Amino acid sequence: MLLSFRQLYRYRSLIASLVARDLKARYRGSVLGFFWSFVNPLLLLLVYTFVFTVVLPGVRPPELNPFALFMFCGILPWTWFSSSLLESSNVLIAGGNLIRKVLFPAEVLPIVTVFAGLAHFCLGLAILVAFLLYYGVPITPSDLLWFPVIVLVQLVLTLGLALLLSALTVHFRDIRDLLTNLLTLWFFATPIIYPLSMVPERLRWYLNLNPFTHLAVAYQEVLFLEGAFTGWPRLLAVGGGALCVFVLGFFVFDRLRDTLAEEV
Amino acid sequence: MAAGTTMTAANAIEVRDVLKTYRRYGRRRQFGTLKSALLSGRLFRDLRPDDAFQALKGVSFDVVAGKTFGIVGRNGSGKSTMLKLIAGIGRPTAGSVTVRGRISALIELGAGFHPEISGRENVFINGMMMGLTKREVAKRFDEIVAFAELEDFIEAPVKAYSSGMYMRLGFAVAVHVDPEVLLVDEVLAVGDEAFTHKCLDKFSEFRRKGRTVLLVTHSLDLVTTFCDEVLWLDGGMVRAQGDPRRVIDAYRLDVAQAEDRALGQAATAAVASTSREPAGKAPPASDELPEPVPETAPGASDTAKPSADTTPPDLFKAVEGRWGSREVEIDDVTFVGASGQPSHVFPSGAAVEIRLQVHAHHPVSDLVFGVGIFNADGVCCYGTNTDIEGAHSGAMSGKGEARFAMDRLDLVAGTYKVDVAVHRKNGTPYDYHRLLYTLRITSPLKEAGICRLPHRWQFSGDIRINGLRPPEGDPPQDTDR
Repeated sequence: MLLSFRQLYRYRSLIASLVARDLKARYRGSVLGFFWSFVNPLLLLLVYTFVFTVVLPGVRPPELNPFALFMFCGILPWTWFSSSLLESSNVLIAGGNLIRKVLFPAEVLPIVTVFAGLAHFCLGLAILVAFLLYYGVPITPSDLLWFPVIVLVQLVLTLGLALLLSALTVHFRDIRDLLTNLLTLWFFATPIIYPLSMVPERLRWYLNLNPFTHLAVAYQEVLFLEGAFTGWPRLLAVGGGALCVFVLGFFVFDRLRDTLAEEV
Repeated sequence: MAAGTTMTAANAIEVRDVLKTYRRYGRRRQFGTLKSALLSGRLFRDLRPDDAFQALKGVSFDVVAGKTFGIVGRNGSGKSTMLKLIAGIGRPTAGSVTVRGRISALIELGAGFHPEISGRENVFINGMMMGLTKREVAKRFDEIVAFAELEDFIEAPVKAYSSGMYMRLGFAVAVHVDPEVLLVDEVLAVGDEAFTHKCLDKFSEFRRKGRTVLLVTHSLDLVTTFCDEVLWLDGGMVRAQGDPRRVIDAYRLDVAQAEDRALGQAATAAVASTSREPAGKAPPASDELPEPVPETAPGASDTAKPSADTTPPDLFKAVEGRWGSREVEIDDVTFVGASGQPSHVFPSGAAVEIRLQVHAHHPVSDLVFGVGIFNADGVCCYGTNTDIEGAHSGAMSGKGEARFAMDRLDLVAGTYKVDVAVHRKNGTPYDYHRLLYTLRITSPLKEAGICRLPHRWQFSGDIRINGLRPPEGDPPQDTDR
């Protein structure tokens, strides 16, 4: 496994090039180009804004203003997370020809997917930051230091799950369908379009089991809410868990590596 | 087999007792969902082979560094599996594969290309996939593009390339990885002639540089001209290894024999199916019906068109079949060579007998035997019968054998179909076997036309033509024959 890690390190420039290729290839020939990265989160944002300001104006807590921006803080990282997992569950099967015909570490493919998602996330972040500045949301300097840590924790968690899912999907194709439904559920079980504080006390315990709860809350605290970031012990705990998931994901991938070329 | 070549580090590739087992899907299909696997706690057990197919059953060999090594074998013999194991794309189930030096595998050209991005970017990504660093690719970039002859198109997206351009670029990248060991799997089968020449030139260059090339191919000529050593895999095991000419000859012989068996089976099957046809409703009893009368009508009208009157069903229509009244039946047809053994494959110019086992259900006094040979295009190469050759009467009763003996079957190499028939003088068939038997004629010479006319070349004056080869069936060339 250590050997595989070292090999992966050797292939880092390949990963970088593949991410660049992914971004370039995705929008080549499209008129709006990179703008499409924002369309999906923006659309979600518009829908939820409509629901919570026009249809259900009384529901949202008055102190979270503008509420759309609050939601955006969670939707953006969620989009990265969910699209990375969905795509990586398919990436080995789609790249089957490559795995069977060219000698190179297959884990590069799901990793590239996650990093391409990160690139989109960063682009979306630019929009978010623009809005935050426009609305004059106060930013605490210490929060800025925490922000990369949150991204890193999410990256590790996503990588681990992506490796796990990509290798398992080769053997169990139904994971893809399972995942689509699971992610929808997961989205609503995460305080993204509602603040955690609105969740009844007895349910909050369940939500705390969800690692993405803490990530979403961390993003909201750092980007949107006033005051210093208080959720860092939880974030670090999630970080530890993410590391375990990553090691597990890599271990499973490594174990299944030899079967991949035969099964895809 | 490595006893003589145990010099350390002289081997570029060492393969030791390699087993490779592929799982078949039998059991997994039924339970192949995540839920059931999790429920029964078999997630990992299921991923181990249970119903196994052994692609390689204990293969060992060495490839000495700097040699060009060929692997031949029939489809399914494990060649490509072996190549993948050497390339590191799969791992052997048991045994070990050791490769010294950087490998580049030409398994599929341009396998990693992304259609939407430019040739330039694809060269970089493909090169990096094969283990080069970005800087190394940059250093070789111009050379790669020049080799692929794509200077004008390198900025265009690869999807706009023709398949030839695509392959040239793939090949160019793979060989410019500058591997110490180059693995090639049948890639020369694709591409035009110029491209093939270019590939071959590149291989020669590799040889000159002392690199190791491993070639998996069906092109035996390529193997004999290019390889220093050949491995013959058969059914996942090493059948022979050594000097290309010797191994390839043995392999060719084996293929011919297998083909012979296959043709024999095909002929038997064809005769069986056609002879069953006329009976229609009662297939099992049809083979040897004692009463020939009811069989006549349906048999003749079913298989071919005219119900066997003045002329036999038209010979221009190349439809296999069997028809006739069956008053006299041809039970068995064999081709026998000089060795006395039945066969379906003969060298051009060999002596061949067509032997017909016939029996008459009742004595007949109007009997003609006929034979016809057709080539793959349906052209009649030769046809004759005893009537044409002047027989003024014929009769038989009971069993008998008719032999059509040819001292020399001087057909050019190819596949031929044979008609045999017994019929009345006016052409009404007793038993007509149309194109049911297959002959394969082999020859080292690729002559044109249908048959080899007896000839010899003679030259006078200051003309020198050397190395004219006699056809296979002949003794070595004598000048004064």
